[in-house]
Amino acid sequence: MISIQRSNMQTETVDLANLPAQDTALEIRNLDLRYGDKQALFDVSMKIPKKQVTAFIGPSGCGKSTLLRCINRMNDLVDTCKIDGEILLHGQNIYDKKVDVAALRRNVGMVFQRPNPFPKSIYENVVYGLRLQGLNNRRELDEAAERSLRGAAIWDEVKDRLHDNAFGLSGGQQQRLVIARAIAIEPEVLLLDEPTSALDPISTLTIEELITELKEKYTVVIVTHNMQQAARVSDQTAFMYMGELVEYGDTNTIFTTPKKRKTEDYITGRYG
Amino acid sequence: MEKMNLNKHISGQFNAELDDIRNRVLAMGGLVERQLEQALDALAGLDAELARTVIDGDHKVNGMEVAIDEECTRIIAKRQPAASDLRLILAISKTITDLERIGDACVRIAKAAVDKRAKSQEPLLVSIESMGRHATRTLHATLDALARMDAEQAFELHKEDAKLDKEYEGIIRQLMTYMMEDPRSIPGVLDVLWAARAVERVGDRCKNICEYIIYYVKGKDVRHTSYEDMEKDLHQ
Repeated sequence: MISIQRSNMQTETVDLANLPAQDTALEIRNLDLRYGDKQALFDVSMKIPKKQVTAFIGPSGCGKSTLLRCINRMNDLVDTCKIDGEILLHGQNIYDKKVDVAALRRNVGMVFQRPNPFPKSIYENVVYGLRLQGLNNRRELDEAAERSLRGAAIWDEVKDRLHDNAFGLSGGQQQRLVIARAIAIEPEVLLLDEPTSALDPISTLTIEELITELKEKYTVVIVTHNMQQAARVSDQTAFMYMGELVEYGDTNTIFTTPKKRKTEDYITGRYG
Repeated sequence: MEKMNLNKHISGQFNAELDDIRNRVLAMGGLVERQLEQALDALAGLDAELARTVIDGDHKVNGMEVAIDEECTRIIAKRQPAASDLRLILAISKTITDLERIGDACVRIAKAAVDKRAKSQEPLLVSIESMGRHATRTLHATLDALARMDAEQAFELHKEDAKLDKEYEGIIRQLMTYMMEDPRSIPGVLDVLWAARAVERVGDRCKNICEYIIYYVKGKDVRHTSYEDMEKDLHQ
């Protein structure tokens, strides 16, 4: 019998378990996390592929945001937080004592749920990180600002008012501005923590479109409550439940034929 | 965090909608099954009146196909079903197309029953009868597998189609001898042949429906695959 060519989407599937080192952006190994007595993550291990979009989904309190925050050590700010296990970036454990946290965060940018521009002009927002790095050459800053704003698909909307206050932008524009600020310093990994949950549907679609463009240059990890969003923008989806990684795989598979019952129940809305 | 409830959606309305289309497909299946039985009865007894009932009844089958399809579209638009829900909707949407085609096959069989030329070949119609019974049994069992979403039974039935194809071949050979013996009989024999062909198509349609059942239950698209691969998919 002649075999039928099935859809290309299936042949492009990444083998996540045996992802070669050069395609791996991040590797999480046996990560446990406790907030005081309460354990929030249980033995999470996964490889996040380079220049792809990986989505974390799961009900509230399942640990997906906690896991995301671990990737640029945001949880260091929580006193009671204790972490065991490793997260490897370029083969180095980011929780190693030698690691410079500021340098790590330059490499791993983060965007939050609510847009948080600084109370400065649009231009100053974008170049803020570069100025911190000591860059003061006007021409270089101008170039970086334009490149980043274009990269965040907001350049055309703000190019004539770069020196207006960033608070004058709409919520969706502010969020894209924050993404421009994050990519100005050219990180490798971008963490997006529910980046569209405070936005209207049209702005949401603009951001989703942007995410798809961002993966050309960056590894994107996104936490979202909107499952359809995860289905639309991500290449890999990880479903978490009660601090455990239940299922992690190709998004097409997760949303059509998940292997685990819990995943199935969650994405079909049977959870609750 | 509460434990998961394994069967019901959070949205009771969504549950009700899915139950509703499932029930409607089964109702449509029941109607098609009755059409097939009546069409074959009409052919066996050359009962023109019964045949007309079948022909007139086809619009009901068509109407059900359109209505269920509309409902599927509405659910996809409003609920964005995923995973097994999505597979259910897709399987249903495809199943009703095949059921509607079985309905068309019934009309074709019924038409042979009212046809004057076919009547002249009455002895030949007997040969279709046993094949017709076989097709009816297959359809009945397929609808049964559909009602219970039984992938194993669907797989067994899928293999059943080859037998129907063999019977059909036998009938063709028989009809060819008639045509060779007496060329004047050709128009009548051809009508019988079309009816036999329609019965054979019922088997093919059932086979398709079995594939959709396996797709829904196992999430594997088994169309155009070998039985070995199917079995592997089924018992993975």
